[in-house]
Amino acid sequence: MAYDYAKFIRPGRLPHIWCPGCGYGIIMKSMLRAIDSTGWSKDEIVLASGIGCASRLPGYVDFNTIHTTHGRSLGFATGIKLANPALKVIAMGGDGDMSAIGGNHFIHACRRNIDITVLVFNNYIYGMTGGQYSPTTPMGAKATTAPYGMIEPSFDIARLAVAAGATFVGRTTSYHAVPMEKLILQALNHKGLSVVEIMAGCPTGYGRRNGQKAASDMLIWEKEHAVPYEKAKNMTEAEMAGKFAIGVIYKDESRPEYVESYDRAVGLSKRG
Amino acid sequence: MAKAVIEINAECCKGCYICVELCPTGALEIKDFKAAVKDAELCTGCMSCELRCPDFAIIITRNAK
Repeated sequence: MAYDYAKFIRPGRLPHIWCPGCGYGIIMKSMLRAIDSTGWSKDEIVLASGIGCASRLPGYVDFNTIHTTHGRSLGFATGIKLANPALKVIAMGGDGDMSAIGGNHFIHACRRNIDITVLVFNNYIYGMTGGQYSPTTPMGAKATTAPYGMIEPSFDIARLAVAAGATFVGRTTSYHAVPMEKLILQALNHKGLSVVEIMAGCPTGYGRRNGQKAASDMLIWEKEHAVPYEKAKNMTEAEMAGKFAIGVIYKDESRPEYVESYDRAVGLSKRG
Repeated sequence: MAKAVIEINAECCKGCYICVELCPTGALEIKDFKAAVKDAELCTGCMSCELRCPDFAIIITRNAK
């Protein structure tokens, strides 16, 4: 049945600024449905974002939102969570925001295992500034600053998060709208730092330079190159070449959560 | 009778063609740079367009059987 997004959207803010065919609108819809399923009230949810196309999202939704400096969404989110642990804090940003400019904030938030949900919108490019290559641009792909093709190896954000110590890591794509909603819901309900990397198409900055001129080509590419993690585990490196695993990649509920450890250390038994 | 009613919010639609390309039955088209219903009878209510419309422009309401 048709889902009513209007209750979460600030009146008069649509249409949004994202380009025609941008996958971020699809992510926003899945995220709103996931947040709705948690049953949390709008007042206890905080969205923190940095700078970039993905970071424009909090401007459209009717929660507590903060639009911060480039890459620093996790710094602000950590402060908000520590000040009031009862709040449900969601930090979001693009691949450049989270893995380049905010790369240190990202790995250290993962290491602390603080109870924040991090959504990384990965469109392989710095979209807002005109399509410069980012740390996730695949080898050989063209960008405005890589006219002969990207020569640097790229980051795998999900593996980076696992290595840095995040206790819930998942990956999904903008094509998989319903699985994405379920994955974000799992991440929101996880206690500890959860990272969801969402592959999304940037038809303007990336697609048209890399043989995916139509927005739908990017979605179909995602469908064809995504492999469920359970299946990907048993595939060889050669079989996985050019493809990526989606679903829950890592989950660990045994590690201590940062706010609880902090409260114990300073003698606060219960707050919030 | 069609299985679902397609509503398009032309103000939000940016004419990105995602709905047209992903519709399994070809019920939608682009007219004057905006999504439009080509043949409402073809709609099966699969929600493929609504779920992946990035612009909050399509609302599908399934008819009761």
